[in-house]
Amino acid sequence: MPDTLTIVVVEEDRERAIAIVDALKVSGAYDVHVIGNVSSLARKIAALVPDVVLIDIDNPTRDMLEELTLASGPLERPVAMFVSGAAGDLASTAIEAGLSAYVVDGMQPDRLKPVLDAAIARFQIVRQMRRELAETKRALEERKVIDRAKGLLMKARGVEEEEAYALLRKAAMDQGRRVADVAEALVTASGLLS
Amino acid sequence: MNAVTLPVAYVPLVDAAPLIVAHEMGLARAEGVELELIAAPSWSSVRDMLAFGRVDAAHLLSPVPVAMALGLGGVTQPLSAVSVLSVNGDVIGVSRTLETRLRDAGYGFDFRDPFKAAAALASVADGPLVFGVPFPFSLHVELLHCWLEATELSKIGVEVRTIPPPLMAQALAEGDVDAFCVGEPWGSVAVESQAGALLLPGQAIWAFAPEKVLAVRTDWADTEPHLLGKLMRAVWRAGRWLDQPGSHTAAAEILARDTYLNLPSELIDRALSGRFTITGHAEQREVPGFVEFHDGAANFPWRSQAKWIAHRLAQRYGLDPHLALAQAGSVFRSDIYRDQMAGLGADLPGASEKLEGAIRDTTPVASHNGQLSLKRDAFLDGRIFDPQDI
Repeated sequence: MPDTLTIVVVEEDRERAIAIVDALKVSGAYDVHVIGNVSSLARKIAALVPDVVLIDIDNPTRDMLEELTLASGPLERPVAMFVSGAAGDLASTAIEAGLSAYVVDGMQPDRLKPVLDAAIARFQIVRQMRRELAETKRALEERKVIDRAKGLLMKARGVEEEEAYALLRKAAMDQGRRVADVAEALVTASGLLS
Repeated sequence: MNAVTLPVAYVPLVDAAPLIVAHEMGLARAEGVELELIAAPSWSSVRDMLAFGRVDAAHLLSPVPVAMALGLGGVTQPLSAVSVLSVNGDVIGVSRTLETRLRDAGYGFDFRDPFKAAAALASVADGPLVFGVPFPFSLHVELLHCWLEATELSKIGVEVRTIPPPLMAQALAEGDVDAFCVGEPWGSVAVESQAGALLLPGQAIWAFAPEKVLAVRTDWADTEPHLLGKLMRAVWRAGRWLDQPGSHTAAAEILARDTYLNLPSELIDRALSGRFTITGHAEQREVPGFVEFHDGAANFPWRSQAKWIAHRLAQRYGLDPHLALAQAGSVFRSDIYRDQMAGLGADLPGASEKLEGAIRDTTPVASHNGQLSLKRDAFLDGRIFDPQDI
């Protein structure tokens, strides 16, 4: 086995791919390849003969990589999902972070650890950014629904915006629910009634 | 009373219905357990979430835990298949190009006869056909190989390639694959998107194929028998409800929601009702009992089913068949199923193994309450698998 590990990163998003490659380069001298287009994925990867393949756990094309674990030719090297034993904890951490790693059979855990540590750190950042984006989206959606509910109340009860919101908040507190949920129920119900 | 929350992974497919229904219809809650259903984008991700403890139970392709017991694939955590979630439910389809050629050759698209379909395909193919399947360890692969072995398709040969089901229609349209074997609703999605036509339902090849299992980590099954029992009973009740014809519309509506399959309920209803639109020309075909969630002791995890799968995998990957059967038989936990289902009114057959493929017509068999009928489980070529013969 040559001294420099060959790592393949499967990532369609160019910026994310660059970020992962940068993180890996900081942690050591590796031969890193990025595959952006997933058609014929297994064949492209096999051609690079990597020691490690990194892919987002949420990437549906991951199942195409399973074929790599079934080395069919004498020149092909079997690839396992992580090394067992010593790297077990590492595997759980990686899965939590949303990272899958395929590792060539028999690789020493101490060679793998810096690679995975760097990749895990990068994936954690990405995951957090995604979560924040989803959270922002949700907050925007909720505000839209609350605004519509307020509008309905203002029209139906002839009250001002502030009072409409107070009504929503009171209903929410009385029922032990979130304002957004009460607003949502009101909007749905009024849709049915009109 | 606070219910325990159980994280469960599934892949959005029609046959994930028992888990989704157990949650949505409150059957799990009635048992005192809340299901946290986690949709997974791929089968490897379901397997890893289960193996590494992110979830405690999963909707899984029946050959996956068997392959793991044989040391195939990347992960070897021992898993137990505690019940069969669904029997059958796959379809085989072809690209528009092949559909046109088949039509020109006078093929009638009967959606029934596997020999006629194979002969027609063999006569119009230029060379080996590339078939897309969802996963290397799946009944899809086994069904395709059985079909190939028994018919004229063996003359042209096939190459099997892994394609995630949601991408199957696209792979077909782009010519990456010529044909596919996939679980519903993805076959109907391919028809609807004008990418292809359906050729056969899975049961044309094997009449009673244990498609998906409810899988847990074996050590978890040992340490949490109480929780496991609650889950199994809720899922069993969901299957019983799903098999009633009156439930199909409601079930399709539930599955269609954006949290689950996020597809039109009409597409999902096709598999549940067995009424298919098989081509872009709106040709209709009926397949009664296309997917089975309950009847004929569908949920009973027969050890002989696990052994059949193990035998197939051992042959293909050059493993010792005796060892494979010994390693795999205990993956399907008929023992746990009997313990947990006693007193529930579930069909419990007297035996835990049967001759796979030997039942030609619905047959009454010995059981605890004496009124169990097993359904037809024949293979297309009449082959019979006797685990004792290996």
